Formats: sequence, C-alpha cells, structure tokens
Amino acid sequence: MTEFLQITDVTKAHGTLEVLRGVSLALDRGEALALTGESGSGKSTLMHLAAALDAPDSGEIRIGGQSLGALDDAGRAAVRRGRIGLVFQQFNLVPSLTVAQNIAFQARLAGRHDPRLCAELVGRLGLSGLEARYPEALSGGQQQRVAIARALAHRPELILADEPTGNLDEATGDAVLALLLELVAETGAALMMVTHSTRLAARLGRRLHLSRGRLGAPDAA
Amino acid sequence: MLRTALATLLSHWRRHPGQLVTLLAGLALATALWSGVQAINAEARSSYAEAAAALGQDRLARLVAPDGGPVPLAEHVALRRAGHAVSPVISGELRDGAARLRLFGLDLLTAPPDAGGPALGGEGIDLAAFFTAPGVLLMSPATQAGPLPPDLPPVLVRDGIPPGVAYTDIGTAARLLGQADPSFLLVAPDQPAHLPPLAEATGLRLVPPGDDSGVARLTDSFHLNLTAFGLLSFAVGLFIVHAAIGLAFEQRRATMRTLRALGLPLRTLLLAFGLELAALAILAGLAGLALGYAIAAALMPGVAGTLRGLYGAEVAGGLSFDPRWALAGLAMTLAGAGLAGAQALRRTARLPILAPAQPRAWAQASARAMRLQAAAAGVLAAAALGLALWGGSLVTGFATLAALLLGAALALPALLGLSLRLAARGARGALAEWLFADTRQQLPGLSLALMALLLALAANIGVSTMVGSFRGTFLGWLDQRLAAELYLTATDVDEAARLQAWLAPRAEAVLPIVRAEATLAGRLGAVYGQADHATFRENWPLIAAEAGAWDRLAAGAGVLVNEQLFRFGDLALGEPLRLAPGLTLPVVGVYSDYGNPMAQAIVTLPVFAATWPEVAATRFALRVPPDQAAALATALREDFGLPADAVVNQAQIKRFSLEVFEQTFRVTGALNILTLGVAAVALLTSLTTLAGLRLPQLAPVWALGLTRGRLAVLELLRSVVLAALTFALALPVGLVLAWVLLAVVNVEAFGWRLPMQLFPADWLRLLALALIAALLAAALPALRLWRMAPTTLLKVFAHER
Repeated sequence: MTEFLQITDVTKAHGTLEVLRGVSLALDRGEALALTGESGSGKSTLMHLAAALDAPDSGEIRIGGQSLGALDDAGRAAVRRGRIGLVFQQFNLVPSLTVAQNIAFQARLAGRHDPRLCAELVGRLGLSGLEARYPEALSGGQQQRVAIARALAHRPELILADEPTGNLDEATGDAVLALLLELVAETGAALMMVTHSTRLAARLGRRLHLSRGRLGAPDAA
Repeated sequence: MLRTALATLLSHWRRHPGQLVTLLAGLALATALWSGVQAINAEARSSYAEAAAALGQDRLARLVAPDGGPVPLAEHVALRRAGHAVSPVISGELRDGAARLRLFGLDLLTAPPDAGGPALGGEGIDLAAFFTAPGVLLMSPATQAGPLPPDLPPVLVRDGIPPGVAYTDIGTAARLLGQADPSFLLVAPDQPAHLPPLAEATGLRLVPPGDDSGVARLTDSFHLNLTAFGLLSFAVGLFIVHAAIGLAFEQRRATMRTLRALGLPLRTLLLAFGLELAALAILAGLAGLALGYAIAAALMPGVAGTLRGLYGAEVAGGLSFDPRWALAGLAMTLAGAGLAGAQALRRTARLPILAPAQPRAWAQASARAMRLQAAAAGVLAAAALGLALWGGSLVTGFATLAALLLGAALALPALLGLSLRLAARGARGALAEWLFADTRQQLPGLSLALMALLLALAANIGVSTMVGSFRGTFLGWLDQRLAAELYLTATDVDEAARLQAWLAPRAEAVLPIVRAEATLAGRLGAVYGQADHATFRENWPLIAAEAGAWDRLAAGAGVLVNEQLFRFGDLALGEPLRLAPGLTLPVVGVYSDYGNPMAQAIVTLPVFAATWPEVAATRFALRVPPDQAAALATALREDFGLPADAVVNQAQIKRFSLEVFEQTFRVTGALNILTLGVAAVALLTSLTTLAGLRLPQLAPVWALGLTRGRLAVLELLRSVVLAALTFALALPVGLVLAWVLLAVVNVEAFGWRLPMQLFPADWLRLLALALIAALLAAALPALRLWRMAPTTLLKVFAHER
C-alpha cells in the first residue's frame, strides 16, 4: 500500500548551512504524526517542503502519489489550495477579512465551499457570534481556532500544523489541540504537527524526532 | 553619545540605499519645482522693477493731461516760466510686426538727476550726435539683441535700461513717434519754495511716484498662478518625503527602542533624528536648487512669451543667479523636510521603550482620523462654495481653489473607502472579496500618494480645460476677426495707390487698415479706421453693443472699443471716450480681442482720415471669392514684385496667431506634466514602501494556494483600480477648478470672461496616463513579488515571535 505523504531522502540547505540531510518519512490517511526537535533542527523547513511551499535540493516528495518535483509553480499552488490544510503558530489570518470570510477563504479558492460545513466548524470550534468580527478583535486562542476551521473547511487530505499551540497558554493550547485531533480523526485526513513540546507530542499516535537535519526515534532526543 | 546615536541611525541608509534615493529624490524634486518657479518670478519681477524705475518713475512724480492725452506744450512752457522744475518727456511705442520698442525722449537739460537718464558729457556719449538728427538711442544689450523696428538711429548700448526700452533726446523721439507735445512732465522733487503747489498751479493731473505699476499689478495674477503651481508641486513632493521618512521611522523603531533601552536620553535621540533630517534636506536641497535652476532656465523663454503675449510686459528671456534665491530655496527645503518628518519626530518622542514592535502601526490610520478628515473636507467644500459665490476678487478666487483642492484631497480616503465597500458588496468569488477588503485596508498607507495623484490630476484637468476653452474661443474669434481672404501690405503710399487701382476690378472689396497710436482712458493703445462694409457688420465679434451700433459707427457718431479697454478703463456703453484732441465719441460697442494687451478702439474711416490725415493706408484686407484667393496672391506677387510676406492669406495669419497662443501656454503645460510626474513618483514610493510591509498579509494567501504571479497581477490591478477611482473624483474637482479659473480668476486677471468648453477626449487621454502611471508605479513592487524566492515568503512564517 502507498502512503498518502511520502518523503524520500530529502536534503535542503540554506546557503552553506545543511538543514535537512536525507530525510525520509511516510504518512497515511488517518495517521497523526508529531515531529519534535530542537530549534534549528529543520522541523519547519521539512514542514514547508511537505506543504509545497518550497522545493528540496534533492530527494522526492509525493502527495497522494503525485510528485511535487514534477509540478510548476501553478501546480504546487493547486496542491496547496486543494489538498493541504495549513495551521501556523502565528495563525496568519487575512486581517482584512471577517472570521466567516477567513474560514471560507481557502474553500472558496479551491472551489469547494460548503456553507454547512463552515457553519458546523464555527459551532464546533466555539466561534458562534464571532463570524462578523475581524481577526484583530479576537484573542489568540480564538484566532487559532479560526485558523483550524480554515484549514479544515475545504476537506483537505493532509493537515500540516506548525507549532499550532506555540502562541497559546497551556490550557488554551490543550483545548485547541484536542479539537484539532478530534476533527482530524473525523475527517480521516493525515496530520503532521511540528512541536517543541514532548507533552503535546505524546498525544499524537506517532512521533518522530529531528536532530541536526536527520530523523530518529523520539527517545533519541 | 550623539555621534554614536547619529551613526546608528545613519547606518539604516547603508542597508536601504533605494529608500535613501527615494527620500532625496522626493525632496530634490519638491525643491526643484518650487525654487524653479521662484526663480522665474524673481527674474520677471526684477524686469518689472527695472521698467517701473525707468526715468525714475518709482521716485519722481509726473504731470499728465487729465484726459490721458499729450500735455499741451503751452502748459509746459507756462510752468517753466513760472519757475517750476518740470521736464518734458515724449514716450511712445515703435512697432513693426513682432519687433517693438518703447521710446522715452528726454530733455536732458532739464531732466531731474533722479530720472536716471544718461549723464551729459559722461559715458562716452557724443553730445552733438545725441542732440542732432538722426540722434542716438540708448538701450540695454538684451534689447539691442532682440528684434527691433527698422530705420532706427544709431544705437549705444548701456546697462541698467529696462528691457524693450530705449532712451533718446526728446527731439529724436518727437520725430520718430510723430508727436510734438510731451506725453507727460517729470516733476523734480525739490520745487522752489515760494511757488504755489503744482496741484494748484496747473490743470494737469499730478501722479505720485510709483503709481504706474500697471504691469506689475496685471502680472501679479500670473505670478500668483505660477506660485500656486510651484506650491502644489512642492506639496506633492512632500508626500514622497513623508512616505520615505515614515517608512524609515517604522523600520528603525526597534533600533530606536534599543537605543533608548541602552540609556540614550530621548532628547539626544530626537536631536540625532533632527540632525539626520537636516543633513539629508541640505543635500537634497542643493541638488533641487541645481535642478530648479535648470527647469527655470528652460521655461524662462516660454514665460517671457506668456508675459509679452498676455500683458505686453517685457521680461528678459535669460536667467541670472541670485544667492538670496538659493538660500530661500534651501530654507524652504528644510521647512518642508521638517514638516514631512514632524510626525515621525512626534512618534519618536512618544515611543515607549517596552512596547512590542508594530511594524504596520503607521499604516493603520484610525477610523476616527478618517472621519475627522471627511468632516474637514466638508467644511472646506462649503468654504469653497461660499468664496466662489460671494468672493469676487482675485485673492478669494485663489482661496476658492485652495479650499477646493485641499477639501477634495481630504475627502479622498473616505470616498475611496466607500467606493471599495460598495464594490466589495457586488464582488463574486473569494479573491475579488479579498482584493477589495485588502485594498480598503491599504488605504491609510496609500492615501497620501493618492491625494498627491488627485491634486495633480485635478490641476491637470482644470488647467487644460481652461486653456482648451481659451483656445477654442480664440480660434472661433480668429475665424470671425479674419474674415477677409487676403491681407496685403504695400511698401509705401504710392505703391498702395497703384495696388488699389489694380485690385479695383479684381477684388470684391479692398478694405484699408489704418492705425494710429493714442492714449485711451490713460492707457497706451491704438485707434483703427475701418470702412463701413458687410465684412465687419456680419463678422466682427461684438460682446456688447447699443442698438444700431454699426450705423452709428458708420455715421461717425460712435466708437467701438476692445474688451480690455472697456474693462480696465471702467467704461460704459454710451460713455464718451476721448480718442484724440478734438475727437471724443460715445462707446457704442465692445468687441472681444484675445491675446492683445493693448487698449484698442475703432472709428469709421472718414473720421480717422479727418483726425489723422498724415496716416495713409498701406495695409488692406481683400475680399475675393475663396477659390480665387491663391491665384490673386500669386498675381500680386508676380505683377508688383511684392515679397512673399506682403501678401498673406487668412490661414497664414491664423497659424501665426495660434503659434503665439501655444507659446503663451507652454509653461502651464510643462508644469502640468512635471506635477503629474511627481505624483507618479509619490505613488511609486508609497507602493514600494507598502510592498515591504505587506508581506505578512500576502504570504498566507500565497500559502493557501495562490501563485506569486497571480498575486503580482492582483497588485497591479489594485493600483489601477485605485488610480481609476481617484481619477473619477479628480474629474469633477478639475472641472470645478476650471470653472473657478475661467469665471473668477480669469476675469480678475485678464479682463476676459470665457465660455467653458469640455474636452472628453482629453480626459480619456489623462485617464490613460494616470492608469499607465499607476501601472508603472506598481510594476516594480509587483515584479519583485512575482520573482520573490519562496524562502523570502517563508521567512514570514519563520519570523514568528
């Protein structure tokens, strides 16, 4: 059986600094993977490569059997738009759009807008009554919940979350993560989450540790 | 400590050379346009001052005839015999085509020393030659170099004589001008103590010194116009400087906070900031002065043409350097830089040491500020309306323009916000929705540049509508005035007689054109003799007339006057006008006479011949069937050996007149283009500034599945949409501006009221220009975005705090 996300022997350098050194991993639908590692270990770089935001220097990345290396800029944008849901540490909501518009934004870009699903996500994520507000009027926890709703509203097959609770206090972070895991489990999407926290990582089904650009088991840390 | 702080602040520019260039270029451009206009004004004013000082008119009183005509010689003799120190002057103008010379004939034996005439026995003047025929003319080198009327006496070049003026002996002037009586009497400041005051001793009118500033007064409006344009350009340039300083402040906010946290006193930080600003202003100011001088030198001939064409004011076409001008220009640059940097300085003063960095804070103008701006705009619009309706003077006319332009600029952000909100309601699709919402959010950051664009566009529409209306009216007027098919000039009276005899069987009508110089309502002017013919009755452009005006003119019972004489002489229909000694006729009609600075009157041919019997007709207007005009012109040239320019057709004269007209408004056109150029640079600066700050908003949209190319195209589209919306507001503002220029300013300045004409094709061209400028301004940031490496965009996510 072929896994949904396949990363094979990927390397990436920023100038003379080798960030990733022959990283390989695979992730199937319904799986939740926590990627841990110290600062500068290459976690975010690997996440960006998997999200088709950047291209590796060597190696191959496949999403749903499709090699990203074979795609041009527009092709990679189409993969991001249609197949991937992104959650950032800094939320990265569009400040000029309301909560409702932000949630629907990617789904509408992908041509897969489902108002019922959006409404359901608003309810499940506790955002009822906030739909007309702009991001600047929300708390950090609320903003991250909007980001999660946006990442799920177009029914992506792969969700990539980079330190999704890094900007939140512990209690809010725990609540947000619980919601994310619950929703991912329901949709059957694959989840890869980058985190510093071994405590949060322990809540995901699978864990990998990245150190100096190489993958290892979590206890290798 | 100050040195360290200054070095730290200055190090910013090493890393952002493009920003430094923008700041310097903005300041230099603003200085250049302002100081260029000031140089032109100063040069022109010094020419007027020289002209006003001619014969000490700024220091000496004069006696003139109450009716404005020459002073009877007997009056002069009587005053001299009584012991009064007065000196006769004969003045008048010699004209030949484009060549003109104002002649002042002096009696050097009696002229007061203050008159500034040539000193007897000095300056290498041959006294015998000066006092005896043919005489000697003294003029400045510039006057000697210019076109001069033919058959002048020998010329001696002297500095300090006004442009277009020659001094000579009174006898020579009397001969050249054909006038025996003095035009006026100069009054020496010290009169014998035992005599009664001059005002009681004579029936002549005593004109105090300096009361002949007609040219300066007339041209004041033109210079005010230029100054307004210069100030507008300066303001537009300051928008660029403000944007560049604002960006530099935001980018250095963290550095300044660090400096403060490390113990730098606020006062030292402010001082360092101020010194940096002053150094940059001086650097840019010097470059701007050089550029301004070059602009002024290039425009000066055009300005001289305008002043000569519209007001008959003589201004040297060259430009001299005045250190005071340079210092004033630099002071203006420093003041402008201070104004543009005031906000950044204020923010520095209020900068809390521990506040988190907010790189976009400056771009986020609060809704309250926008509401205040809109309210101020409303007040200014009401003020403009009130001033336009009830002002009625040149100053209130310009105040109307200022209130109108400032009000429109302040209203722009609110109106654009409203337009974008309405557009967003009709938008279909997530991208369109985002584009409108995001554009609305960018408005505070772009509003200054868009205001600059609005001002430039409105000024362009207003001034070009005014000039276009003027041009259209002028062309229509030319068609009326130049009704005859051919215009013929004979070399002398004998040839004129032969030509008339030859033409009698060949032309439908031969209409003599005769002219004599005269002082009309106190102004130098000319009286024309005109035959009673259908050509004039049917075509002459009368703008006001009494019933049966043409019949009364033909009967010798009335005079027609041009609009200039009518307005400036404060005449009324039916009012008697003195044309010459023994000839006073009532005004029966007024005709429009564009482009002529002189007072002019028309009487019928028999009246003219009786009054000026010495003036014989050597010029004629010929009526012939239009298809025979060319053949007749050829025949005239061949049979009489006439030079080509002795027989000219209607089209040639129209072309020449139009050339004079175009020359007249060349300066306005050049300033228009320059202001639009500066506005485009302001837009480019703002867009480049915002491009750097907008990455955090664009990167997520890119990450969510939009290509960089698409985002770049959307950036271009945004710029074009904003320029188009700005143009939509600039159009009505520009048209109101044109109305104020035509209905208020023009009437006060020129004495003519012109009908306003609309030129939609010009608007479309300007819209295209504005859109191209917006596209060009957005092209560089868009290209950068398109070519931006993904790693640069990813830094937005990597820089998460």
